[in-house]
Amino acid sequence: MITAIAPTRDNYLTHEYGIKSWLFTQDHKRIALLYLGAISFFFFLGGVFATIIRLELLTPPGDLVSAQTYNKLFSLHGIFMIFLFMIPSIPATLGNFLVPMMIGCKDLAFPKLNLLSWYIFMAGGALVMYAMLVGGVDTGWTFYTPFSTSYANTYVILTATGIFITGFSSILTGLNFIVTIHRMRAPGLTWFRLPLFIWSMYATSVIQVLGTPVIAVTLLLVAVERGFHIGIFDPNLGGDPVLFQHLFWFYSHPAVYIMVLPGMGVISEVISVYSRKKVFGYKFVAFSSVAIAVLSFLVWGHHMFVSSQSVYASLVFSFLSFLVAVPSAIKVFNWTATLYKGSISYDTPMLYAFGFIGLFTIGGLTGTFLATLGFDVHVTDTYFVVAHFHYIMVGGTMMAYLGGLHYWWPKITGRMYPEGWAKLSALVVFLGFNLTFFPQFIMGYLGMPRRYHAYPPEFQIYHVLSTAGASVLAVGYVIPAIYFIWSMRYGKFAPDNPWGATGLEWQTTSPPPPENFEITPVVGYDAYDYSILEEMKVG
Amino acid sequence: MANHGLALRHQFDDVAQQKEASTFGMWLFLATEVLFFGGMFLCYTIYRRWYPVAFGMGSNHLSLMLGAVSTAVLICSSYFMACSVNSAATGKKNALVGYLAMTIVLAIAFLAIEMSEWHMLYSEGLMPGFNFTYHEMDPRHVQLFFGLYFSMTGLHASHVTIGIILLTVMAVRAYRGAFTPDYHTPIEVSGLYWHFVDLVWIFLFPLYYLIARHLQ
Repeated sequence: MITAIAPTRDNYLTHEYGIKSWLFTQDHKRIALLYLGAISFFFFLGGVFATIIRLELLTPPGDLVSAQTYNKLFSLHGIFMIFLFMIPSIPATLGNFLVPMMIGCKDLAFPKLNLLSWYIFMAGGALVMYAMLVGGVDTGWTFYTPFSTSYANTYVILTATGIFITGFSSILTGLNFIVTIHRMRAPGLTWFRLPLFIWSMYATSVIQVLGTPVIAVTLLLVAVERGFHIGIFDPNLGGDPVLFQHLFWFYSHPAVYIMVLPGMGVISEVISVYSRKKVFGYKFVAFSSVAIAVLSFLVWGHHMFVSSQSVYASLVFSFLSFLVAVPSAIKVFNWTATLYKGSISYDTPMLYAFGFIGLFTIGGLTGTFLATLGFDVHVTDTYFVVAHFHYIMVGGTMMAYLGGLHYWWPKITGRMYPEGWAKLSALVVFLGFNLTFFPQFIMGYLGMPRRYHAYPPEFQIYHVLSTAGASVLAVGYVIPAIYFIWSMRYGKFAPDNPWGATGLEWQTTSPPPPENFEITPVVGYDAYDYSILEEMKVG
Repeated sequence: MANHGLALRHQFDDVAQQKEASTFGMWLFLATEVLFFGGMFLCYTIYRRWYPVAFGMGSNHLSLMLGAVSTAVLICSSYFMACSVNSAATGKKNALVGYLAMTIVLAIAFLAIEMSEWHMLYSEGLMPGFNFTYHEMDPRHVQLFFGLYFSMTGLHASHVTIGIILLTVMAVRAYRGAFTPDYHTPIEVSGLYWHFVDLVWIFLFPLYYLIARHLQ
């Protein structure tokens, strides 16, 4: 074991000091940290809204907040969590930090554009915040028409404009990643030697580049219709509200994969390193990311089974939705096969990876229930749907995000996090999550509709369980927030490669120098080939 | 190789890699633009299919003359843009600045023609949200036609405006001698953008101005 000493070499954190050196930085690693700060703040706000929602639902009557306030709360919870936290979460923080390092180059292809993306994101976020402060929005994160364009009395245009702006940040980040991955790989790093995290970021970026402009133009049309009454979506003005749903879900279904594909990339890295084995069926896992990206654009109609969409369209969308299960299952089976006969160690990131596999499987399987036409009609707009997508988003992506943050924390900060506390909080998150959302499957199946602030007493037991779980989950999020901040100052110094991983990011110092590598690495081996670590020691 | 050092950014290994990255980046950006306009073209396609008569009536209120002239103006500007790229590649600085200036002048002319068309429609009471006072057959769907017309040409006009700003910056840089035959990727990339903006209009013109000529 190499004992770590205080880093004396120049690194990206100590290269320059002062607020200006951060606000005008073009270093992808610093921009990643700017995003980390911003999205942590938005996550906190989204969490506050969730807390008030859960407290309101503790008792059947709507006694804590009014119906109107409740509508604003769940709208803002969705908007903050999806557009301002989940979409940028892994790509903009871990992706920004890792993509250039994993492929062995000095920075993204367009560093200025990368900084601009952050400012665009912050401008959009500020606008949404402003809309929240002056009165909020009550349309739900989905902005369904004609309610949003003609009836809602809240700040729809402001909020939609904010989201429209953050969309360009997402597009430009995706564009930057695609160009970087295509053109800037280190010598010898062929496509099939890339870490699977890069494959999943690539697939994510394709969706960001092709999907996001559609939501942008859709929200633009909502704002224009609301402002000028031109009637594209309002039937009273000659338009068609179902067209809005088509356009909205054409982006917002692929957006689910913008949120979950990066998580899958993290899990592939983590599973491999803590079982000391190559990922089983590398090419299948890599191409399953691409397959998910392609299929994601062909299934949006399964959100519209109870709209006036034609039955034949629904049939086709139902069939295509089932197809998504194939690449998803390939990933789950291949991760499990990677574990088989591996030399497994139960470090914190691995605990999160186990959590991800289990919870993503439940979320994915209930997704196939929802792709079934008959069943979907029964549970549309109930808590069953709410539970399903929280299993994917919180049980999946959030687990992977936390796992990835722990896994790369030594590289990002040069410090270790406290392992004991980290394991404890991983366990608390897992238990709290299941207690929060599993009862929602049951009450949804029994008929509890989503988005209601009052409900019949027979559902109370499930809501009490769910609120209790949410309290536990909150504790599980607060503990890491505290020890991560603590570790930045007091944590043990991290060695360059604390986990014995093979990725290029571990072959440079912790934290990395400003241009990532002293000399550009040359790659002559496949990803996850742990035998090269022995050769390096000998060499 | 001395001037390469000035133009080569630190993250790239060599000039060729930098050029490939920039060009590829712009093509990807244009792909997002296709999808961005695509949403509106989808709305147009569906409503045109549902309300062909109302769309024809709306179309007959547009000035074919103004539409045709602005199309010609935009195509000429694209020609001058292509000449700019060629001049940059062959290192003719004065020609480059001149062709860029011609491109910009024609772009401004295009906007001027479009604004006069908008003003004409406004004075006829055909601008939804401001003074829509059309009372002949099927006013709701004629209003839908003009709503889409102003949204789509407005979005296009905003792209033309961005193009004018971009090309002005390029012209100033070219005048200061920033580009050489070895390094003129920004001109090429701006050219790609400008041709795209032109191409969008090539679709908008027939869809709005030519659809109902046979009804007259």
